[in-house]
Amino acid sequence: MENTPLIKALSEIYPPTRLLYNPAQLAPYESDALTSFNVRPQAVVLVESQDETIETVRLCHRLGIPFVARGSGTSLSGGSLPVPDGIVIALNRLNRIIKVDPIQRIAVVETGVINIDVSKAASAYGLHYAPDPSSQLICTIGGNLAFNSGGAHCLKYGMTSNHILGLKVVLPDGEVVHLGGESLENVGPDLVGLFVGSEGLFGIALEATLRLLPKAESYRTMLAAYHSLEAAGQAVAMVVASGLLPGAIEIMDNLAIQAAEAAVNANYPMDAEGLLIVELEGEDEIVNADFDTLLEVIQESGAYEIRSAEDEVERQQIWKGRKSAFSAVGRLSPDYIVQDGVVPRGRLGEALSRIKGLSKKYNLPVANVFHAGDGNLHPLILFDGREPGALERAEHLAGEILDMCIELGGSITGEHGIGVEKRAYLSKMFTNADMHSMLALKNQIDPRGISNRGKMFPEEFVSYF
Amino acid sequence: MDQTAVNRLKEKILSHQHVGLRSGGSKTALSRFNEGIDVLETGGLSGIVDYHPEEFTFTALAGTPIKYIFEMLAENGQYLPFDPLLVESGATLGGTVASGLSGPGQYRYGGVRDFLLGVKFLNGEGELVQSGGKVVKNAAGFDISKLMVGSLGQFGALVEVSFKVFPGSQEFVTIVSEYPSLEESVEKLGGLVRLPVDIFALDLEVSSTGYRLLVRIAISTHGSIDRIDPLVKFLDTGDILEGSQEAHLWEIIKEFSWVPDGSVLIKVPVTLKNIPELESCLIDHKQNHYYSVGGNVAWFSWSKSLDELEGILNSLKLSGLCVLGEVTTPCLGIRPSDSFLSRVKQALDPLDRWVGV
Repeated sequence: MENTPLIKALSEIYPPTRLLYNPAQLAPYESDALTSFNVRPQAVVLVESQDETIETVRLCHRLGIPFVARGSGTSLSGGSLPVPDGIVIALNRLNRIIKVDPIQRIAVVETGVINIDVSKAASAYGLHYAPDPSSQLICTIGGNLAFNSGGAHCLKYGMTSNHILGLKVVLPDGEVVHLGGESLENVGPDLVGLFVGSEGLFGIALEATLRLLPKAESYRTMLAAYHSLEAAGQAVAMVVASGLLPGAIEIMDNLAIQAAEAAVNANYPMDAEGLLIVELEGEDEIVNADFDTLLEVIQESGAYEIRSAEDEVERQQIWKGRKSAFSAVGRLSPDYIVQDGVVPRGRLGEALSRIKGLSKKYNLPVANVFHAGDGNLHPLILFDGREPGALERAEHLAGEILDMCIELGGSITGEHGIGVEKRAYLSKMFTNADMHSMLALKNQIDPRGISNRGKMFPEEFVSYF
Repeated sequence: MDQTAVNRLKEKILSHQHVGLRSGGSKTALSRFNEGIDVLETGGLSGIVDYHPEEFTFTALAGTPIKYIFEMLAENGQYLPFDPLLVESGATLGGTVASGLSGPGQYRYGGVRDFLLGVKFLNGEGELVQSGGKVVKNAAGFDISKLMVGSLGQFGALVEVSFKVFPGSQEFVTIVSEYPSLEESVEKLGGLVRLPVDIFALDLEVSSTGYRLLVRIAISTHGSIDRIDPLVKFLDTGDILEGSQEAHLWEIIKEFSWVPDGSVLIKVPVTLKNIPELESCLIDHKQNHYYSVGGNVAWFSWSKSLDELEGILNSLKLSGLCVLGEVTTPCLGIRPSDSFLSRVKQALDPLDRWVGV
C-alpha cells in the first residue's frame, strides 16, 4: 500500500503520524453519523495548516484523486462519507481562532474549530455565535457551513448561512479565493451565500469570518406537556398567532421523551404525548412581559402541566434532554434513520398524522423531535439492522416522508443537507432546469468532480460516478 | 403566477442577444444601460402569489412594489425587518434583491440576503429555474437565490421571490446623541454593539457641528422609558425622538432625500476600522455622507469625477456601488472574487445573454 503513487506523493507532504492508510487506522473514518453507510478510503491525512490543505487539494487535482473534507464526522446525511478511490482530508487540527474582534462583532476562525469554541472565545466580550446545532459540542464550523447547519434557534436568527460574512476557500483545482469580507454589507453577487450549503462540492473552506451577536440579557424557557401531539402542534400555532417571536419552539413526542429521559434524566413528564419547549430571549423587561403573554397562551392551549426554568441550571436541563434526543434514541433501538424534512408550519399536524400512518404501514416505530417553529421535522425511524429487510423498510418509510414534505410544499432537508442519503430525492424537489443550473455550477467550479464526489446529485445526473 | 406575462418575457429574452433588466427604476444608477443594449422592463410582473401570515412567509412576483407589501404585512402586524430602501420612490421586490440593498434595520436581524427564501428566474435560454423554497428553513441544493442578491441582473430575470417576515410593531423611538469628534462617536458605537439591548438600527449622521449617533429601539407595550434611561446614560447625552418626527427622520434616511440633485449616491461597505480614512477623504472633498448599519456601510453623495472616486476607493481597498444618478458603470473600486465569479457567470449564463449593469 505504501508503495502506491498516491501514498508516496502524500508522504512528501505528511509525516507518518499524520498519513493513515492501514485498514485499522482507516476504520474510524469509514462512516460519519449516518452509520448505515461506510466506505474505506485510500488514505486519511490529518492536516495541521492551511498550506498543507491547499497542497493536498492541488495534488488531488493533478492526480485526479477524489477528496472528502471531514471535520468531526457528525453529518447525519453522509456528507463526509469517503469515496473508495479517494482520500479523506481531516480538518480537526486546522483549528486556530485567528481573531475575535468585539468592535466589528466578528470572529475569524479556521474551519476545524468546534462550533461551541467560537461562543466560548466570544463570551468574554459579551458576544456569542448564534447557530447552535445539537452537536455543537463537537461539530466543526467547516461542516456547519458546508451543510448550512441549523439548530433550535433558527426561527429568529436563521441558519449558518446568515452568520458567515467571509470565506477563504481552496477550490477543487487548487486556486485560493476570498469571498465576502468583514463587513455586514457587500457589493456584487452574494458568493458567500452560494458557497455556504454547497456540501463540499465547491472545494474546502479554510477560514471563515463569522458574525457574532450580543448574548441575550435574559432567557425564559417554558416546558408544557399535552395529552396529544396534535394539541402541542396547535399550541405552536397559537404562540405564533399571538405575535411573539420566540428564540426556539420545539416539540418531542412520547417515544422521544422516553429516550431522552432514559439517557440524561431531563425530568420530563413521562406520560406526555406531546412536549412543547418554548424559549424567549432578549432584554429582561421585554422577555418577562412576553413570558406573561406566553403563559396565558399556553394555559389556554390545554397543556396539563406547565413548568418554567427558574434558573440557568433548570434551563440547561430542559435543553439537555432535547439536544441529546438523537443519541438517546439509540438506547431504544439498535439502528435508526433520522430525516429532517420541512413542511409549512400550518401543515405540521397533517404531516405528523401521516407519519403515524406510515409507522403503522411499515411496522416500524418512529420517534418525533422537531423544530416546530420552523416546520422542521425530525422523525427517527427505529429498526434492527440484523433483521433481514428492516433497513430497506426503514428507507422506504423515510422516502415516503420526503415525498410528503415535497407534496406539502416544503423541503426534503431543513438543516442536515442532501449528502449521500437523500440524493435520489433532489430531482423530485427540483425540475430538470433547476438541476441543470446546479450541475452547471458544479461543472464550472469542479470540472473533474473530485470535491466531495457522490454527494447531493443523483447518480444519473453526473458522469463521474 | 401570471403565465402570459412570463411567456411574454421569455419571448423577449430569446429574441435579443444581449439583455439588460429594469424593474421599478427607483435606483436610477442601476436602471441605465449603454446604447445598443435591449432593456427588458420586468416591473409588469406584479402581484402576490401566496401569503399565509401564520407561516411568516410570502411569495410575490418580482415586480411587486414593496409599498404594497408593507401594507399587506401591516394588516397582519408583520414587517420586513431588513428595512428596504427607496420604497416611496417605487422600489420593487426584484429590484431590491438584484441591487442587494438593505436599510438601517439590517443591523438587528440581517439584510435582504437573510430574509430571501427562494426565487424563480428566467435564464438566458428562457427556462424557468427555481432555487431555495417557500418555507423558512431549507438546505436542499445550491443556494442560487442568495447569489441573486446584488447580482444586478447578470444571471437572469427574477420572476418570483419568497421572503421570511417577522411579527412586530413598527413603532420606534430614537435616541439622538451628538459628539464633537468622529473618534468619540465611533468609540460609543463600538460599545453599543456589544450591549444586550434590542437595538433595531444604529446609524451615524454627520452634521455641521459634529457626529450624531442614532439609536433606534422598538416601543413595546411594556416600559420602554425604563429601557431608554440606561441607554442615554451609556451614551452620556441624548435627545429622544418619537412619533411622526422620529418616523420622518428615518424616512429621509431610507429615501435618500438628503442627496443633492445632480449628485450620484454611492454605497460603500466598510468596517468601523476603515471609517476614519474614508471620513477624511469625504471631508476633504466636501461630500454629504452618512454611516449606517452599525458602521458597516457608508452612503455618500458624489458630485465630482467618478474616476477620481474610483482611485480613492482603490487606494483604500474598498468597493462601491452607484445607486442614484447618471453613471455609465455603477461598480467602483476593488472587485474581489473575480475568478470565482467568472466561473459562476459562465455556468449560469453560457450564452452571455445578461448584460448586468
